[in-house]
Amino acid sequence: MAYSDKVVDHYENPRNVGTLDKDAQDVGTGLVGAPACGDVMKLQIKVSAEGIIEDAKFKTFGCGSAIASSSLVTEWVKGKTLDEAAQIKNTEIAQELALPPVKIHCSVLAEDAIKAAIADYKKKSGTGEPEAAAE
Amino acid sequence: MTAVDKNSKTHPIYLDYQATTPCDPRVVDKMLPYFTEKFGNPHSRNHAYGWEAEEAVEVAREQIADIIGADPKEVIFTSGATESNNLAIKGVAQFYRDKKDHVVTVVTEHKCVLDTCRHLEQEGFRVTYLPVRANGLVDLAELEAAVTDKTAVVSVMGVNNEIGVIQPLAEIGAICRKKGAFFHTDCAQAVGKIPLDVNAMNIDLMSISGHKLYGPKGIGALYVRRRPRVRLVPMINGGGQERGMRSGTLATPLCVGLGEACRLAKAEMGAEAERLRMLRDRLLDGVRARLPEVYINGDLEQRIPGNLNLSFAFVEGEGLMMGVKDLAVSSGSACTSASLEPSYVLRALGVDVEMAHTSLRFGMGRFTTEADIDHAIDSVTKAVEHLRAMSPLWEMHQQGIDLKSIQWAEH
Amino acid sequence: MTRSAYLDYNAGAPMRPEAVAAMTEALATGGNPSSVHGAGRDARRRMEEARARVAALAAADPSGVVFASGGTEANALALRGSGRDRVLVSAVEHASVREAVAAETIPVGGDGVVDLDALDHLLAADPRPALVSVMLANNETGVIQPVARVAEMARRHGALVHCDACQAPGRIVVSLSDLGVDFLTMSAHKLGGPAGIGALVLADPDFALAPILLGGGQERRRRAGTENLAGIVGFGAAAAMAADDIGSGVAILGVCNLRDDLESEVRRRVPDAVVVGAGAPRIGNTACLALPGVAAQIQVAALDLAGVMVSAGAACSSGKVAESHVLAAMGLEPAIAGSAVRVSLGWASRREDVDAFLDAWTELARRKGLRVNEAAKAA
Repeated sequence: MAYSDKVVDHYENPRNVGTLDKDAQDVGTGLVGAPACGDVMKLQIKVSAEGIIEDAKFKTFGCGSAIASSSLVTEWVKGKTLDEAAQIKNTEIAQELALPPVKIHCSVLAEDAIKAAIADYKKKSGTGEPEAAAE
Repeated sequence: MTAVDKNSKTHPIYLDYQATTPCDPRVVDKMLPYFTEKFGNPHSRNHAYGWEAEEAVEVAREQIADIIGADPKEVIFTSGATESNNLAIKGVAQFYRDKKDHVVTVVTEHKCVLDTCRHLEQEGFRVTYLPVRANGLVDLAELEAAVTDKTAVVSVMGVNNEIGVIQPLAEIGAICRKKGAFFHTDCAQAVGKIPLDVNAMNIDLMSISGHKLYGPKGIGALYVRRRPRVRLVPMINGGGQERGMRSGTLATPLCVGLGEACRLAKAEMGAEAERLRMLRDRLLDGVRARLPEVYINGDLEQRIPGNLNLSFAFVEGEGLMMGVKDLAVSSGSACTSASLEPSYVLRALGVDVEMAHTSLRFGMGRFTTEADIDHAIDSVTKAVEHLRAMSPLWEMHQQGIDLKSIQWAEH
Repeated sequence: MTRSAYLDYNAGAPMRPEAVAAMTEALATGGNPSSVHGAGRDARRRMEEARARVAALAAADPSGVVFASGGTEANALALRGSGRDRVLVSAVEHASVREAVAAETIPVGGDGVVDLDALDHLLAADPRPALVSVMLANNETGVIQPVARVAEMARRHGALVHCDACQAPGRIVVSLSDLGVDFLTMSAHKLGGPAGIGALVLADPDFALAPILLGGGQERRRRAGTENLAGIVGFGAAAAMAADDIGSGVAILGVCNLRDDLESEVRRRVPDAVVVGAGAPRIGNTACLALPGVAAQIQVAALDLAGVMVSAGAACSSGKVAESHVLAAMGLEPAIAGSAVRVSLGWASRREDVDAFLDAWTELARRKGLRVNEAAKAA
């Protein structure tokens, strides 16, 4: 299977790999996927008082497309409001990375990771509906 | 793309000898004249072109028989091990179906054996799929208990294609002979790698592949015992070639290639096994010296030296494959590697799904060098380190979190 | 060994240099087309190029091409895999068709062409959906069957149609859609490719063909087993050359003219000789010639001594000296049928080969007491 240049670039030079303090009040953590399925994504966002995502980090266990999808969304969510970030659709991720049909689930997982991180942040800060984050 | 990737596009290091082997140049040399000036049809009994081809085919048949201790009359040519396996199991089961309706095989067999057995179930046969122990080997007591007087054929592979483990063929053969069942063994991965003797091991049918032992693709053989005689229903009729068991014009160059491949393998087996064992140990030691949490799948002792199947915990197999693009290795077996399912062989060993996903099969062979192994150690180590640095699971493991304690949202 | 004249192309053609080159390269590079790494992907690419070339030779869709180990296996795949219990095959089919499954026989006329009225009656007599198998060109006589008309008739009765076209490509235009058949068999070594590879071409690539070989998803689940890569690329190269032979007119202007000259010279030199099937349309490379009163085996042996290679009956009978079922089905008297040899030409045949045959055969006829006219003066 041939990977697109963008997937290869994210795989070789992943952006924003790392970990934020998951206990910090201004950090939301989304952990989605399962080892048994071959993909686990952890996406963390640091949200400013104004509700802007000012930092994002990821760690991913998965194929090149999964790594690229999560790496890409860390770039995309930075600077966005929570509502804007929640609007990111898996189809945009798949299109940007030219994912083949068998890899669409990677983009779905990345979208889920954003939503889970936002939900976790909202739960902590008491600003959103009490929705369980994946962890 | 980095420079390494660009280079790897033209010269990846080939470590996939269980998927296929390159045709040995000495084999190619023997084959070439039979494509051109010696192109006769070996079934043309009327003229010299035909005789010359027939003689070459019969020499090849002797060379094949020689490496497994058989009589040349007991060797029939097929299009490959897949056909041999289909023919042996279906052919014998169908021939004896009035008296026997049972087949015994093992869950870690090659797909073509398992698919053939499933097909027989649809035709009304009963099939026992024996489990394997954690080391990949079949339990002889379980096998003995499974074979009854209704068992037509027991099919157990000589060497597993994914993990390289060697089944106890002589012991299995003795059980089958005692119980009156025919013993078929898929030796596609075994011929030329380990000593085989159809008489000492009581083997009644053996599948042989050309392209797994430095011969060409598109040719294989089936050994069919004559005393006591094994009979089978052919799959391909018309022409009556190969004692009526397999019709079709024989491809002389391919037959010659398989014969020469057997001759070379037999002559070089001992020294080659020793060399491969050193390479295999070098690879294993080299990787383990630099990486923790590396697991060997399958028994290390009862194993051909040219195979090493390793799981790298906390990284994912396909991602790992992408990181070792300068190596031609397999994650799972080649036949199923287009799918994302974890290897059924590793699952049968009791390997966790997670660990099965992280496995790589290193297949070493005749043209593998020490430098190749050193390069592979380096490449794998770097890829695993790169991926572990990105892996949330590795992070949790280092924090002492038991991954099994987490409620994962399976998708 | 003297090697003056090989005239047994219908048993197997010598390989074309282009096919040898393609195979030699493929053997040297290797790679399993099912592996996902670079070597595997490269092998797959070369395999798909060859598939397109083979498909083009039958004007077919590449996705309908299923590679098999040869014409025999491809025939078995069609006859067993079609899902039809009732099978009708012509009386002159190759053994691999006649013996693949239990089948009813469609008779042929004295010219070797299938009897269409008889086929119509057979199809009407039994309402079960059938598979009809009629070859495109006969291996012993070269007679071309009216396959398009067979297919049209079969379709009216709801039958599927298989056509064993092993002897046709490169000799006449083969078009799957013009023939209107569902399955078509091709063999590489009959057209200058390697032995050990053939193809079944499906008109509907999605037809639910029941495979013979199980295990492994190769050939879109229709034929398991690691693909014979070198064989496939050799087949592809030979197919491209065979298509060229048709396109450039070599098949007609070269080979066919040579055969026609051979037959007219046979008639002139040995007036009692019989050209079998001469009244029917035939492929241009095959001459089936009877020398009444001289057993075919004796002719073959005598010709071999003179360095001329021809066949008596089909080569596939594995050395059995059996009476030809093809000639018997045409109603030929045993005296004629038993004295017929097959001369078949191909891409590397030269006029000298034909002359060598003519001289040796005429000499034999003379020795056996037949009436013989002298050879024309050498030009």
